[in-house]
Amino acid sequence: MNTGHIATLTTLDMAIIAIYFLSVLGIGFYLKKFAKSGEDFFLAGREMTAWVAGLAFLSANLGSLELLGWAGSSYQYGILAVHWYWIGAIPAMVFLGVVMMPFYYISKTHSVPGYLQLRYGRAASGLSAISFAAMTVLMSGINMYAMAVVMKTVLGWDIDFSIWVSSITVGLYVAAGGLYSAIFNEVLQFFLIWFGALLIPIFGLIETGGWSGMVARIQKNFPGQDYTHAWSTLGHFQDNPMGMHWTGIVFGLGAIISMGYWTTDFLVVQRVLAAKDLRSARMAPIIGAFFKMLVPLIVILPGLLGLAVLPEHLFPESGLQAGQHSYNEVLPLMLARYLGPGLLGLGVTALVAGFMAGMAGNVSAFATVWTYDIYRPFLRKRAPDAHYVSMGRWCTLIGLVISIGTAYLAMSFASIMDYVQALFSFFIAPLFGTVLLGMLWKRITPAGGFWGLLAGTASSIAMFVMVKLYPSMLSVIALSPNAKALAEDMYRALWSSVIGVAVTIGVSMVTKPKTHAELEGLVYGIAHWPRERHPTLFGKPVFWGSLAMAMLLILQWIFW
Amino acid sequence: MKKEILLPVWFFVGLLLGVYGILIFASGLAEWSSPPHTVLAELHAPVWWGALLTVVGAVYTIAFRPRGR
Repeated sequence: MNTGHIATLTTLDMAIIAIYFLSVLGIGFYLKKFAKSGEDFFLAGREMTAWVAGLAFLSANLGSLELLGWAGSSYQYGILAVHWYWIGAIPAMVFLGVVMMPFYYISKTHSVPGYLQLRYGRAASGLSAISFAAMTVLMSGINMYAMAVVMKTVLGWDIDFSIWVSSITVGLYVAAGGLYSAIFNEVLQFFLIWFGALLIPIFGLIETGGWSGMVARIQKNFPGQDYTHAWSTLGHFQDNPMGMHWTGIVFGLGAIISMGYWTTDFLVVQRVLAAKDLRSARMAPIIGAFFKMLVPLIVILPGLLGLAVLPEHLFPESGLQAGQHSYNEVLPLMLARYLGPGLLGLGVTALVAGFMAGMAGNVSAFATVWTYDIYRPFLRKRAPDAHYVSMGRWCTLIGLVISIGTAYLAMSFASIMDYVQALFSFFIAPLFGTVLLGMLWKRITPAGGFWGLLAGTASSIAMFVMVKLYPSMLSVIALSPNAKALAEDMYRALWSSVIGVAVTIGVSMVTKPKTHAELEGLVYGIAHWPRERHPTLFGKPVFWGSLAMAMLLILQWIFW
Repeated sequence: MKKEILLPVWFFVGLLLGVYGILIFASGLAEWSSPPHTVLAELHAPVWWGALLTVVGAVYTIAFRPRGR
């Protein structure tokens, strides 16, 4: 590990960071008076516009792990990392807006486990709520740890100091203003992330003489490897640095992991549920999709530019020697390369903002799921609304303390990204099949939903353990002995989802379905949505969703 | 009792960007004759980036400022 700092902050940089901390706290305490009822605290009063909900939806996903981890992955794997932003996000976001959002919104649920409660009953909802609560605090801690490590390496800040100061700030503003505060600050953080990080690709492309200049420099620095084509190297596992096959990207990532994450991970869906009406709720993820398509500019492109311009090579976190930097440090290295006083403070603020957005997303979602899906149904059924708001505030702080504990736990894992993708494949991939079947097919029964979810999660964990114990099983699960960790995650997600769907259908065929009346508003064909008045084509979510998909296809063609 | 109106989030965005813009623009002018030792420092990014932030911040602050009834 490099013991020297990459950059030193001036008084101006410190002032910029301090102003940011004071601003987010000020907004949190300003919004406290608006977060009085449960609907205010947990769903921001359901009065957000499509733009606010859409930007918060995207920002909650832009955590420090996302910014630093994927910039590092693009240095390591090249442009292949862009699939997590394009095919691994856009179709799912459009699908959420066009197909799934009406079911969530019309059922007036407060959470995804809340929808499962209505559709399948307490058993499936409880299982999903407990899995989600566990995943949230684990993710939150990992996010926290990733940021603290970078702050230590880049600026020499103490890891404990970074973890505690940033976490307490997030805890205070979310506990004060609930989802109002989380969403307002996420929108603010969205702007800061863009304005703080966008100079890197601008400067990088000026220095290299544009895209073709960058490609030429990468080829010179790393001869014999293709880092700049997104699809043409995916024909065989051994032809690309990720050890990936196109089927893993299309079916594992595009069809399962991303659909599961963007349509059933409550962390992001909660932002859309705060929209003021159905049309805003449908437009929010589609607005998010257009911006998501652009995020590679500030995450993937800096990693590629790092391959082109950095004088030294970067290495994996495990096995770093003195004087070397890891892949995950590529974004801070690029910040320090181009940004002087003031702008560097803005860049560091962008990283901190990313961390806080992700952290706030996790703790606000944790507080909602704990209060409404675990505490209320299983521990205290009938209490005044004010009691649940108070529980939400306390849970925010308790969730934060548990997250800090998991941050220290994360220090013991060698590969953070592998761990994160494993968590997604355990809890998110099986959930998607169960939720979607429940929305589209009235024959699916509560028992089918519960056992399908349980079988999907259990099979995913079993496959993970099997490969750890017997590495030769990799060639069975990931279809090739050349598959690497990320490829294994994609295939494990695919198989666990298939198992979950098969068990859901199988059990449903031999158990009793709910009646029509019980499924009103929850299943396709039995749901009566309010008629939306869209006099023009431009008012229809499906038009904008189709446009996003068309742009996605053009991008695939350009970077093939 | 009169219900308090929630200020739009865009107003807060404008204020923060505006403050950052002024600070960064001013620092860019101050270091004009002796830019920092960073790559492409001769482009004086703090000046034009600070100016951009100031303009965007001013537009949002003015457009979404609290208005009396």
